[in-house]
This record gives sequence, C-alpha cells and structure tokens, in this order.
Amino acid sequence: MTQARAFLAHLLVLAALGAALLLVAVAVSRAETDLKPLVDALGGKDFARTEAAISALAATGDPRVADILRDLENRDLYVRKDDGSVVRSDAKGATPEVFDPATGASLGTVPKAVLDKISVNNRIRRSVAAAVGTLTLLNPDPAKRRAAADAVLKTRDPATIPALDAAIAAETDDGVRLRLEAARGAAVLNSDAPAADKLVAIEAVQRLDAREALSVLQQYAGADDEVGAAAKAAIDEVNLTLVFWDAAKNVWFGLSLGSVLLLAAIGLAITFGVMGVINMAHGEMVMIGAYVTFAVQEVIRTSMPGLFDYSLLIALPLAFLVAGAVGVAIERGVIRFLYGRPLETLLATWGLSLILQQLIRSIFGAQNRQVGNPSWMSGSFEVGLMQVTWSRLWIVVFALCVFFALMAVLKKTPFGLQTRAVTANRPMASAMGIRTPWIDAMTFGLGSGIAGIAGVALSQIENVSPNLGQGYIIDSFMVVVFGGVGNLWGTLVGALTLGVANKFLEPYAGAVLGKILVLVFIILFIQKRPRGLFALKGRAIEA
Amino acid sequence: MITQFLFNGVDRRAGFVLALLVGIAVLVPVLHLALPPDSPLHVPNYAMALFGKYLCYALLALSLDLVWGYCGILSLGHGAFFALGGYAMGMYLMRQIGPRGVYGDPVLPDFMVFLNYKELPWFWYGFDMAWFAAIMVVLVPGLLAFVFGWFAFRSRVTGVYLSIITQAMTYALLLAFFRNDMGLGGNNGLTDFKDILGFSVQAPGTRAALFAATALALALCFWICSAVVRSKLGKVLVAVRDAESRTRFIGYRVEHYKLFVWVLSAMMAGVAGALYVPQVGIINPSEFEPANSIEAVIWVAVGGRGTLFGPIVGAVLVNFGKTWFTAAMPEVWLFALGALFVVVTLFLPKGIVGTVQGLWRERAERRAAGLPPVLPNPEPKPAE
Repeated sequence: MTQARAFLAHLLVLAALGAALLLVAVAVSRAETDLKPLVDALGGKDFARTEAAISALAATGDPRVADILRDLENRDLYVRKDDGSVVRSDAKGATPEVFDPATGASLGTVPKAVLDKISVNNRIRRSVAAAVGTLTLLNPDPAKRRAAADAVLKTRDPATIPALDAAIAAETDDGVRLRLEAARGAAVLNSDAPAADKLVAIEAVQRLDAREALSVLQQYAGADDEVGAAAKAAIDEVNLTLVFWDAAKNVWFGLSLGSVLLLAAIGLAITFGVMGVINMAHGEMVMIGAYVTFAVQEVIRTSMPGLFDYSLLIALPLAFLVAGAVGVAIERGVIRFLYGRPLETLLATWGLSLILQQLIRSIFGAQNRQVGNPSWMSGSFEVGLMQVTWSRLWIVVFALCVFFALMAVLKKTPFGLQTRAVTANRPMASAMGIRTPWIDAMTFGLGSGIAGIAGVALSQIENVSPNLGQGYIIDSFMVVVFGGVGNLWGTLVGALTLGVANKFLEPYAGAVLGKILVLVFIILFIQKRPRGLFALKGRAIEA
Repeated sequence: MITQFLFNGVDRRAGFVLALLVGIAVLVPVLHLALPPDSPLHVPNYAMALFGKYLCYALLALSLDLVWGYCGILSLGHGAFFALGGYAMGMYLMRQIGPRGVYGDPVLPDFMVFLNYKELPWFWYGFDMAWFAAIMVVLVPGLLAFVFGWFAFRSRVTGVYLSIITQAMTYALLLAFFRNDMGLGGNNGLTDFKDILGFSVQAPGTRAALFAATALALALCFWICSAVVRSKLGKVLVAVRDAESRTRFIGYRVEHYKLFVWVLSAMMAGVAGALYVPQVGIINPSEFEPANSIEAVIWVAVGGRGTLFGPIVGAVLVNFGKTWFTAAMPEVWLFALGALFVVVTLFLPKGIVGTVQGLWRERAERRAAGLPPVLPNPEPKPAE
C-alpha cells in the first residue's frame, strides 16, 4: 500500500517536473520569438506605458532584454514614425542606419525625420535599473550579481520579490546572498506583506552596512505598529554599530597621531632622559630629516627615476646619519660646556634651532617643498566602515618598529647598557670606567638621528618647510613630560594617550579647543605627578 | 611702611637709573614737540614710537628678570602676561571707537558686527571705562599667574619642567585667542584704535605722552623691583634661587615667596603690554607665540640677569639690533639672533651689565687691597 502511494508520489513529482520543463521551454521559445511586440511597446505615448513595457520585458527573463533596456536608458532607441516599430540608432547624419534592438541586425537606413527619440525620465531610469538588476541577478560574475542586488535594493520594488527569491535560491556566494536577502527585505518592507514577514525582513536589512541599513529602515521607524517598533529597535542597534565604528575611527586617527608624536618625541626622550638636556633644536633635526628625504627624491627624480619607490628606504639611513652628525656636532660644540646648567642649555639650543632654520631657508628657500609618496604608501583600503590610508598605516608600523629597535639597542647592546648606567648615576658610571662624555655625544647623536628618521616619515604627511620642526617641539615636550623622563615605555604610552585623547576631544570641542584642553590637562597632570606617568625612582631631592 | 620699603630700595646706582629714566621721560617728548623738525636735536615721530616700543620690551624684560634673575624661575611664557595686558588695553581702545567704526555700530566693535554678534559678550562689559581697563591690565595677568603659580609651586614643579609648562601655557593661549568665537577678534586681533582717554592716539601730543608714561612706568617698576630685591624678601628669593631645598629646610615657605614674586612680575608684564598696544596700534594672538617669550628671555640674558639695569639694556640693545638687521639684511637676522643665544650662554653667562659690574667690583677690591690691576687677557698659568 505504502509502496503504491510512494510510486504515485514519484509519478506526480515527475509529471510536475516535466510540466515545468515544458513551461520553461515554451517561455524561452516565446521570448525568442515574441520579443518584438514588447520592444515596440516601449515606444508608448506616455511614461506609464513605457514603464509597463519595461516590466513586461523584464518578466520575460530573456538575456537580451538587459541590453535593450540599457539602450533605452542611453537614449539610443527611436520610434519609427512610418511603421511604429522601435529601432536602435545613433541618429548621426541625414540618413542614419537603424538596427533591430533585440537582434542587433541592421535594418538599413532611414531619413532622420522619420525617427522619434523615446524620452526618458528619472522614473523610467529607476525602473530600467530595477529591471536590469533583476535580469543580472543570475549573471555568472559575482561582482555583477552584487551590483545588480544593490540596484534592486535601491528600488525597493515589491515586484522584484519573485526574481530575488529565485536568485537567492541559486546564489552560491555568501556576500552576494546577504545583499540579495537585504534587497528582498527592503522590497518586502515596501510591500503590503503581513507583519511577521516584515519583521523577518528587518532582520535581513539589518545585516547590511550600517549606513545603508539606516537609510532603508528610517522610512519605517515612524509606523505605529510592531513593524515600526522593530524598525526602531533595529535602527538603535545599527546606530550602536555606527557609534562603535566612530569610536574605532577615533582610536585609529588617535593612534596615527600618537605614532607621529611618538616618532617626534622618542629622540627627545633619550636626550632629555639620559642627559637632562632640553634640546630645543630637536624639531630642527626632524626638519633636517625631512629635507634629506626631499634631497634624495630630487636626485632620484633627475638621475634614476626607476628607484623612486625605494627613495624612502634610501633616505632613512641618510637622514639618520645627517641628523645624527649634526646632533653630535651640537653636543661637542655647545652643549658639553653647559652641563649642569639646564636652563642655559635650553636657551643655547633654541638659538641653534633659529640658526638651523635660517640655514635651511637660505639653502632650500622658504616655500613648502613637495615630497612624493612612493606607490606602496599611496591609496587607502577599507576596514569595516572606516578608511585606512596606507601612509598612515605605514607610519604607525614604522613608529613601533623604531620604538622597539631603540628599546633593543638600549637593553641588549653594550652601548645601551652604558647609556642606562649614565642615566641612573653619572658619577658612579664614570667611576666604573664608562667614558661619560663619549656616551653623552653618542646618545645625543642617537636621539638626533632618530629625530632625523622621524623627519623622513613626517615628510609623507606634512608640508616640508623650514618651520616643520617648530610645530612638533611643544607637543614632543608634552609627551616626554607626560610620559615621564628616562623611561621609553612612558613615552610610548604618553604619545598614544595624547594622540587618542586629542582625537576623541575633537568631535566635541573642535580641533583647536581639543588641543587646548589636552594642554591644560597636561599642565594640571604635572602638578599631580611632577615627574610624569612613569617616573624613575630615586632619592634625589631635586633634579 | 610702604614708603619706607620703597625708600630703602634706592641706593646710589638705582637712583642713577631712576634719574636717567625720568630724564628720558621728560627730554624725549620735549625734544619731539618743542623743537622744529629741521633742528639736529629733534626726535622724529618714528624714532619716538620705536623707542617707546623698546621701553615696553624693557619693562617686560625687567619683569622677567625679577623671576628668573632673582628667583630662578625661567618663564618661557611671559609673553602671555604681556599679551593679556595688551588685550585688556585693546578692549578699552576698541570700546572708545564707538560709532566711528566701519559698520557704525555704537556698541559693538567692527569684528563683532562682521561675525554677527547680537550683543556684547559679558567679558567686554566695563571696558568702556578707563579705570576698569586699568585694573584689568594688572588683574587679569595677575590672576592667571596666581592660579598657574599656585598649582605649579605648590606641587614643586621646578627647573626645566616649569619652563616647559609655561611655554605650554602661552601656546594654549595662542591657540585659544586664534579662535574667532573667543570674542576677541580672532587672528586679526584688535586694531584701528581712535582715542585714548579722549585724545586721538595718532596725535603727536598723545604719542609723546604715551612715551613719557612708558618711561615713567618703567622707572616705577624699576623702583619697585629694586625695593623688593633689596628687602629681606629679596634675600629669601635669592636663597630660593641658589638652594631651594635648603631654604625650605630652614623654614621658609618657599612657594609663598615664589608665588608673590611671580604674580608681581606677571602684573608688570601686563602693564608693559598695555603700554605697548596704543603705541603699536594693534594687538593680535601672535603676541602669544612661544618664540616671542623666548626672545624676551634672551634680552635678559644679554643684558645680565640678576641685575635690574641689565634687562633694560639688553631689551633696548637686542631690539635695536633687530630693527637694524631686519631692515639692512633680513636674512642674517635669525643667524645673528641664534648666535646671540649661543654666544651669550657660552661666553657671557652674566650678561653685559653683570660682566661689567664684576670687572668693576674686582678692580675696586684689588685697589682696596693694594694689588696691581689685572692686565687684559692674562696668559693662563701652567698647572703645577
């Protein structure tokens, strides 16, 4: 008995399948043959009729329809006044050649006066987009399917639901399916489907990008029923995502600013921390590094353009050496006579900074210099809802590399050991046989050299001008003082904290007021902890 | 008691400086107004304006020297007090324009009309009265200095840390005053002044009076500074400068002494700014530039810190040099200024006046002891 029933069921299924196949075959053959009257209907007297014809064409599912509709949108379709048929033509010359829109076959030439252009308005364009969208929903190329889904999503036309259902069933790519389902959801929301369906639809829409979802959902949040409530809840959720990404963006911009501060301040942290020397010319070392980059790029541009992508890699060691050499010269020439007189050192190095600025101005001119981005540093990519530029990303990476390299030098090399010994207790280090003057000179050179390579990085995001360094000197001091002298980790934490704090304050207080608030905060912070976040412990009463 | 205090402040040398300043205050305006322009002793208008400016700078340098030279507080933000005093004066002068501005508004200054202000912001009230503005000229810088110093000295922020946060202070004010919604003219500042106390700021008589007022204010502040440093208080200040911890251990409340002299100095800087503005005709946020404050420090260093006459000499000399250089060979000026910083700190740590005084004193002591005067540039003796 059961066997008989199963057999019957099989038979029924087979019959249904057969019927379906037959129908499809009929549909296809009909499309091949009967496209012409539908196309001719496009030349209707008013927009409503044209629109109806577009829907009818789209319903055939014929692959050629997409091309015909695109021609319509591009305003290449004309009505022949003599027989009322619709043809494609570029309408050039007195007797333009006309083609069959469906087959593309030439229909000979006709006088221009016979042709009447089918006019198109925005409503027509929208329905064309939707129709083309549904037609390309089954395109083999996933990128095209995705674009089609987006086009349908924009229309929110309930008529597209069956096509979307078919496309969702056939879809293999998860990303595209998500967008298809969202498009279906938007269409369902726009239709008069029951509330239960709409609730499901809201969930589908919500899976979209936050901003897109918001633009769809906002229209339904006003309704005073459970759909409206669900839409409102979904909007809240989406807004939360947006807030999250805004915060993420602020953190990223903050880290980016912080890494710039870190680069500028880290050399200062060494000279200030180890030698207690306030080097007001530190900003000028950064500037020198930037100008070395400029000079390297100039040489490359004129003599070997193929190396342009490597210009920064060439500039890095050069900038380190040049700025380091200037630093050693300053230490040997001026600063070593002023040890134990920090305030005088401050004034003398300020004087040196003026001289260096004027020197660069005399050599390179006062105007801004253009430093190009190599190809691997230009452009950007997207993470979630935020844009990340490659130059910023590389600078963050670079700043951390410099930081850890410096850390390694100070912790793992004999030179670093001696430097730390001098920092901790200068007379004792000297008594143990460390040549403190030599360590001073080398440390100053190292700090200045690092400022130089910071200049290479900053040349990528800043104008290279003689005043480049001055903009950073106060910020760098703030970082060092905030982080604590003599501790590189303090500098890292200080730089990143100040960078992030700055960017978080900006939306509320504006860029300038945000900066002022940060400065005021640091001034107050120093009252509380005069030696910074990570102070070296010691027994000295005063430094 | 105060007269006693002030009279104790004058010794022979201070009396000489005071007489000199009062002499200048009388002589220059007279030479400008009374003599015909073709007379060889006539002081032309631009020269008087220029020297009036130098005297304002000298007063700023004097105030800076009081804290740096005598108390060891190196302020890199004294320009902020100077500019605040200047803004207080500028606000008074703006209110005096009245309906004569470009837009003809009887109350609002031009820039407010331009920025669509409907009514005067609250902090502009009272600035139409000269006495109120005069109080504000000393009160605003004094108050800022009091708050700043109260926090800084109480938590024992000293040395380079203090210098850096004073610099941060003036930098923060620079940024703040650049904002248009501060209600203080944004980056254009306050300018286009017409009257001061009912007299036109352009009239030769007013300019001469302003010059005399500047010289007299400088003389008065010099007198006050002299009285302060020669009093017992002054001795404590020097002790703080030379050995802060020891002074504290002896039982002095170091931060009170520091706070007093810091606020006094800020008020003097405010007066300097207030006298500067009507003579120059403009006050804008660039006066807050940290670079300006550091330049003021070098005036003191060149003249000689720890002497009261030194900063006056330094300010006039350096600014005279600046005027001359920027006119004759502008590209050399920054080299010269930078070199001045380096040379003075390396070779002239006492400044011009300090070095001369030292030589003088040494010669007098040698004469008293019956020793021959030191030959210039003696050969160093070989070590034994």
